[in-house]
Amino acid sequence: MKILVCISHVPDTTSKINFTDGDSKFDTNGVNFVINPNDEFGLTRAMWFKEKQGASVDVVNVGSAQTEPTLRKALAIGADNAIRVDTPATDGFQVAKQLAKVAKEGEYDLIIAGRESIDYNGGMVPGMLAAILDANFVNNCISLEIEGDKATAIREIDGGKETLTASLPLVIGGQKGLVEESDLKIPNMRGIMQARKKPLNVVAAEEVSTQTEAVKFEKPAPKGDVKLVDPENLDELIDLLHNEAKAI
Amino acid sequence: MSVLVYTETEDGKFKKAAFEVASYAKEVAGGDEVVAVSFNAADTSELGQYGVSKVLNIQNDKLSKFNAEAYADALKQAAEKEGSKIVVVSQSANSKYLAPLLAVHLNAGYASNVMAAPESTDPFTVKRSAFTNKAFNFTKITTDVKIVGLSQNAFGLRENQGDAIVEDFSPELKDGDFSVNVESVDKAKDKVTIADAEIVVSGGRGLKGPENWGMIEEMADILGAATACSKPVSDMGWRPHSEHVGQTGKPVASNLYIAVGISGAIQHLAGINAAKTKVVINNDPEAPFFKAADYGVVGDAFEIVPKLNEKLKEFKAKNA
Repeated sequence: MKILVCISHVPDTTSKINFTDGDSKFDTNGVNFVINPNDEFGLTRAMWFKEKQGASVDVVNVGSAQTEPTLRKALAIGADNAIRVDTPATDGFQVAKQLAKVAKEGEYDLIIAGRESIDYNGGMVPGMLAAILDANFVNNCISLEIEGDKATAIREIDGGKETLTASLPLVIGGQKGLVEESDLKIPNMRGIMQARKKPLNVVAAEEVSTQTEAVKFEKPAPKGDVKLVDPENLDELIDLLHNEAKAI
Repeated sequence: MSVLVYTETEDGKFKKAAFEVASYAKEVAGGDEVVAVSFNAADTSELGQYGVSKVLNIQNDKLSKFNAEAYADALKQAAEKEGSKIVVVSQSANSKYLAPLLAVHLNAGYASNVMAAPESTDPFTVKRSAFTNKAFNFTKITTDVKIVGLSQNAFGLRENQGDAIVEDFSPELKDGDFSVNVESVDKAKDKVTIADAEIVVSGGRGLKGPENWGMIEEMADILGAATACSKPVSDMGWRPHSEHVGQTGKPVASNLYIAVGISGAIQHLAGINAAKTKVVINNDPEAPFFKAADYGVVGDAFEIVPKLNEKLKEFKAKNA
């Protein structure tokens, strides 16, 4: 089985969110980038398929050279090869098109992406990729088993879950549950050393027109201070929630 | 031109999100038609009250269970038949599943997590939440056909007295539409889901153990709320994973979020930022949650919550 894991290069959760160029671009100054958490759950599940079922695992990112440390980290975790499509990511459709080209050429059986990236939260790349490839698609995937060319997946739905079956090739939008947080692997020194020698192929991007354009960013108005209510006077809390917040 | 909406149903009844996308579509459409696509609804008459002028009524047993590809195919055929240039869907798990498929099939640009009516319609620019609610992203959709994914509770309901004409609609479904097969659905009945809840009551490590969740569930019962929990609580197995809210768990966009014994780790706050009003009850006044909350009570949850529950009961009895 050939697995492709799509890796988004995102600011870590504790990053300060600021914008530059007239609020049109994310300010990467001083920001620490990591593998998108939803992708890391998928990558770790892919490692399980590698160890238990002899799968090969490639990782791919659409981005400039700045994303390479993130791909190296995926290699250190255990991926076999990395591919970087050499173009900045502009919108979900453009990324999906670039990924589709890599996926087609590599003839992958299973493509794992995260349900959304934690920066732009678009949640559209996995589905668009599946539609472009005409492959089966399961979103919000919290469990995945593969037997031969048959996949059994569990999808989280609002208020429960759903069990789905599909044949490969399959694209999933994965999330926590594929593996647990405690299963995530911190690369060890050997992994890091090996990752330096593993192939990281830079491929030219396709000409793709975008469908959406981020015009500008804005930060929410600063929140006022919390109103503290005396624990002996909980009627005040109810009054505030009813009359001020109109929440109950 | 018409605006098409996917009006979601559950057990044959429309979800609140269906009325919200209809309200939004009416605003965007101006004087133009709002066409709803309804899958196996028992009664479509309510849609007219939220601005829908025409219902494409699908009654098809093959679509009794949600199937993203099949539903996306039906919506595509509806949009083409109606010549719709704008399609509005919610951001429920199902809508988020089908919208990217529909976008590719319609060659449409898709903006997810939309927070408000368009900033402008020419160019078509919408405000979206990004960076897990730490910023807004104004996005221009440049394609001829556009898909808007409207965040839950972002626009609200707008009543609009009117009747919708109902037209039977039978999309042509292909075998390929069902190549992902839904084997079974496991869903708690009669329980408010975090996604649909107006109010979410959430507990953290400060509650000391799963045996202490009775008072959280009681508060949820009184308020008609969904229950949720922080990540450590689900990691320790005190509560099911499905209740975990936060960056890697479920997002919360309810009107009210009440956090009991949750310190407010940045990953937790990222997931609940979209809640409109936040209340924190915690014995540590330095807990980061107090910086994110609108209202706070510093004190022992084991004393405060039972008292608050009694007062909420009285309040509910008076305001029923």
